[in-house]
Amino acid sequence: MHIHFLDPYQEVSSPIHRADSRVKLVLTLAFILTTALIPIGAWPIYILLVAIIISAIILSGVGIIYVMKRAVLAFPFMLAALPLVFTTPGLPLYSLNIGSWEITMTLAGVTRFISIALKSWISVQAAILLTATTPFPDLLVAMRAVRVPRLIVVIFGLMWRYLFVLADEALRLVRARAARSGDSGITGFNSGGSFTWRAQTAGGMAGNLFLRSLERSDRIYVAMLSRGYDGEVRTMPLPEMKV
Amino acid sequence: MLFSPAAMHIPDGFLSVLLSIVLWVISIMIVAYALRRVGKDLGERQVPLMGLLAAGIFAGQMLNFTVIGGTSGHLMGAAIATILMGPWAAILIMTSVVSIQALVFQDGGLLVLGANIFNMAIVGVTVSYMAYRTVIMIAGKKKMGVLVAGFIAAWLSIEITALSVAIQLAISNTSPANLAIPAMAGVHALIGIGEGLITVGALAFLLSARPDLLQLSEAPQVGSKMVWLVGLLIAVSLVIASPLASTNPDGLEWVATQNGFLGSAQEPIYRILPDYLFPGISNQSLATIVAGILGIVIVFGVSIGVAYTRRNRQASGG
Repeated sequence: MHIHFLDPYQEVSSPIHRADSRVKLVLTLAFILTTALIPIGAWPIYILLVAIIISAIILSGVGIIYVMKRAVLAFPFMLAALPLVFTTPGLPLYSLNIGSWEITMTLAGVTRFISIALKSWISVQAAILLTATTPFPDLLVAMRAVRVPRLIVVIFGLMWRYLFVLADEALRLVRARAARSGDSGITGFNSGGSFTWRAQTAGGMAGNLFLRSLERSDRIYVAMLSRGYDGEVRTMPLPEMKV
Repeated sequence: MLFSPAAMHIPDGFLSVLLSIVLWVISIMIVAYALRRVGKDLGERQVPLMGLLAAGIFAGQMLNFTVIGGTSGHLMGAAIATILMGPWAAILIMTSVVSIQALVFQDGGLLVLGANIFNMAIVGVTVSYMAYRTVIMIAGKKKMGVLVAGFIAAWLSIEITALSVAIQLAISNTSPANLAIPAMAGVHALIGIGEGLITVGALAFLLSARPDLLQLSEAPQVGSKMVWLVGLLIAVSLVIASPLASTNPDGLEWVATQNGFLGSAQEPIYRILPDYLFPGISNQSLATIVAGILGIVIVFGVSIGVAYTRRNRQASGG
């Protein structure tokens, strides 16, 4: 549960880390768009794309295992595409009997499923590489450079700054609940109340967290005002492109 | 989220390029309008309030409760944000949450981020708003009315968002409609109960701790009737389209072929023509329904965009 909230940025010195964030953002988006445009079953191109992304990962020094571990995130969604193996019309490959059902895998279906899964896997690696080699403030600079509205970028920046603070608040709430409900740690042996009671407790925690973020935003607003904030967001000029 | 069973964040590679771009355009227009609206309502408080609440909703998605065995209920948060902050602010909050999840944590893809913003921030928020307003109108603003309205808004937002995701997958031909739509609808009908109960718990807490917050969001906002109407349109059209699409998947497949065809542009355009004659009447009507939904959404997007530019011109002219 905690691992998800660690900043994915990996502090390593490499040519990819040193590259300008604007270049990296645009290249990543172009790479993902290219991957999406490749037709189904174009195996040689997939191999080429995998080769490109893996070379980039090795060059970046963040560790191939780190990227592969995070790339697992995309896997559960592949379940959604799995039925294509059986529903796409085409050359029958293999028939399965499940009870009275008979479902047939087709060549076209398997090709389609593997292509979608591969494309998704290649794209997610590119996105992981971007965040692993670019600190978030640099990513904000890149977003401004590609004309994301300034207000949105500033909101993202403030959100990022307080994400870890509020995630800690949430974890404290969870710990407090665990401490008070005698959690046995045994699955299937739930502590405390009925299902709706547990949901209500979680709801109370969510409401509490909402209130805390609201009140913290009040304090931050006052702090901003006292430092001369007048509603106008002023940002530093974009830095020189690194060569 | 990593442990969430809700398949809401579409990764890259699962939507056709054409559909991704169309949904990007719609999302950008609506978010730009929301940005302007919220800026007007909140003034200089906009940046700290939106940033902090987005971080709060993000952190709130970590809260869970055990349902049975190893499974747990989670919060998406569109309904609670809408009920407490109004639809426009909620669209901004959910957009920030979904964008950071995609950019930093790879929860959802980058090319399909427009689609994920559309599903979770726009469909989720407008549907919650419509459901909440409608139930409040019927059941009244007493505590019971607010709680019932909160539950229905939260449940419906999850269910309709799931239908929207399933239909987009079917249109992109990455998941067969006759399996994806019932599966997504069924699973999320259960997940929606978790969302509903957490939302009710949060509302009950806030009603006793800070009842003024709920009063605040009662104030009518400009454009709220339109949000209500868009929410109703999205909900009704998806509810009508889904069973049709899942019983006659050929129709959606037809759309998918057209779509994939346009997306990859491998063959000459005139090859489309014979395909127009290919489906039977029932399929054609279904294709019309799907095209109609897309049309309605695009028309709303365009009209908001036009209204937005006109307002700008008036402001600078007067």
